[in-house]
Amino acid sequence: MINTTVSLNRGTYKQPNIFGYYGNYGGAYIPEMLHRNVEELKARYLEIMYEPAFQQEFQDLLRDYVGRPTPLFYAKRLSEQYKTRIYLKREDLNHTGAHKINNAIGQVLLAQRLGKKRIIAETGAGQHGVATATVCALMGLECIVYMGIKDIERQAPNVARMKMLGATVVPAESGSQTLKDATNEAIRDWINNPENTHYIIGSVVGPHPYPDMVARFQSVISEETRKQLKEHTGSELPDYVMACVGGGSNAAGAFYHFLDELSVKLVAVEAAGHGVNSGMSAATTQLGKPGVLHGSKSLVMQTADGQVVEPHSISAGLDYPGIGPLHAHLFESGRGIFLSATDDEALEAAFELSKLEGIIPALETSHALAALKQMTFKPTDTVVICLSGRGDKDLATYMKSI
Amino acid sequence: MSRIKELFSKKASRVLNVYCTAGYPQLESTLTIMRALQSAGADIIELGMPYSDPLADGPVIQASGLHALENGMTIAVLFEQLRNFRSSFTPSVQGTPLEGDAGGDEAISIPVILMGYMNPVLQYGFEKFCADAAAVGIDGLILPDLPQHEFETEYGAIIKEYGLDFIFLVTPETSDARIKELDALSSGFLYAVSSSSTTGKDKDFGAVEAYLQKLQGLHLTNPVLVGFGIKDKQTFDAACRHANGAIIGTAYIKALEGAEDIKVATKAFLNGIV
Repeated sequence: MINTTVSLNRGTYKQPNIFGYYGNYGGAYIPEMLHRNVEELKARYLEIMYEPAFQQEFQDLLRDYVGRPTPLFYAKRLSEQYKTRIYLKREDLNHTGAHKINNAIGQVLLAQRLGKKRIIAETGAGQHGVATATVCALMGLECIVYMGIKDIERQAPNVARMKMLGATVVPAESGSQTLKDATNEAIRDWINNPENTHYIIGSVVGPHPYPDMVARFQSVISEETRKQLKEHTGSELPDYVMACVGGGSNAAGAFYHFLDELSVKLVAVEAAGHGVNSGMSAATTQLGKPGVLHGSKSLVMQTADGQVVEPHSISAGLDYPGIGPLHAHLFESGRGIFLSATDDEALEAAFELSKLEGIIPALETSHALAALKQMTFKPTDTVVICLSGRGDKDLATYMKSI
Repeated sequence: MSRIKELFSKKASRVLNVYCTAGYPQLESTLTIMRALQSAGADIIELGMPYSDPLADGPVIQASGLHALENGMTIAVLFEQLRNFRSSFTPSVQGTPLEGDAGGDEAISIPVILMGYMNPVLQYGFEKFCADAAAVGIDGLILPDLPQHEFETEYGAIIKEYGLDFIFLVTPETSDARIKELDALSSGFLYAVSSSSTTGKDKDFGAVEAYLQKLQGLHLTNPVLVGFGIKDKQTFDAACRHANGAIIGTAYIKALEGAEDIKVATKAFLNGIV
């Protein structure tokens, strides 16, 4: 049953109320032009997602196309370094190289059942754009991806991938020309094409039901983690789950099946950029205030006058001035531990993992790894880190540091 | 009786509401434009409060908003500019008379509505915003991203407490039942978005007429003004055939772009329409 009370009880971490609120955050702050589409999604997403035929198709594609389950890897040398037991949930081994495809497949299947023929998406690092373009190619759907001009420049390999997959990449030229503005342009496209188009939001942001829907599609990460941990350690529950957070989709998926397990500490790592107080940062929980961005109430980085500010992170995927309402609630209620890592710390962590474990992580993921230095673990602790993506797309940035 | 209600009691057809962005093209243009609109025959002024992320607006209004933000426009600055707009005294900021055209003009007596997005209003403080708006003589609000649920449970009562009208939007995609609900929650008028689009898009106006006829048949409690896609005499006339009037935004902002004299440009623009 859907919990209709706006309360801080445990159920609301996994299930917003019927108006889409997790505690004080969420809702659907949308202009009337989007009402019918969002309302249709809201009325039908749970019913469609949990149809046996849908689940069958979704699970089959996750297994045979994406390559799930992804391994849970005991990182021996990294564990020795931090004197604890660290497991890496290898979302980087998914087809297309990141967790984003879990959600893209789910939403494309949903869009098909809603009769939509045209898919639009926003992308920051390009991973969500590539995942969406990939699934659209697989299903024979038209795909348009909005991407900030700055991101098009710094994530060139992913732009090339999307084009090769047959997607149209539309540069977002307004505002700060990054993920925020790509999202604005995608929403405007949806307003102008309400009949035939489904908008696949790539993170746990946007109006209700997007945060809940995306969290559920990504929850396969923690569902598998529990089973795999049981095999590794004899217990389904780790002591810590750590993940990077921009909008927060890999973190939502990695946390999901542990949200109600209060013994499991959930660690979300934001991008501090040049430093939280440098004026060049994307650490939304540290710098943001309650506000409305992209259709939901959450924490938003903004001026005293309520203008949304341009964040900064070396990682395009974390360069976002908001955070999903679930995470804002985890932050405010104290259920989540929110840390941040700077550009330099993330770079250092990327090289450390590469040398210790032979895994080149994405810049986004590297922020979660960088936070290991800020933690104090017991030797007996079990720590799961969501390795959300691989670093191929970031080689140009990494090569500058070699 | 609210100023908007009074207007519609005297004039039930061909009501012209013109949108302009506060602080555009210059920070101090706001009052000059408002006076120019009144003297050129506008019936209502919809004053846009600029925002960094205006989801419902197309590129022209968006660009005017960014321009206004660069000029230094904020809600606080706007209320300062509007402090004396209902009186005929020389408007001033902290005792210093405003320069140029802004000084020494007639009072603005037509209804003025503030249009904007929730985030800046929340940062200003929702209740303080309503109180200050009412105090300077604003008549109503359009906040396209304030949802019905939050209006009914939280914000609607505050808006009413300060005697402000609140105008909901309806679109061709809005169901009849929902149109009636939003009409019941609105006061002043109902804003009929002509087609599913952001502002400033050209759409086939023929398809709009059937929708407007449908609205007429619903016997709504509020007058209906049509917006989005109204840009000239032809589209204004078409909208007025089945509604009480229309709202022009993008086309007027375009007319202001590079205009040498705001009064002259405004008069020329409105003369072509009414």
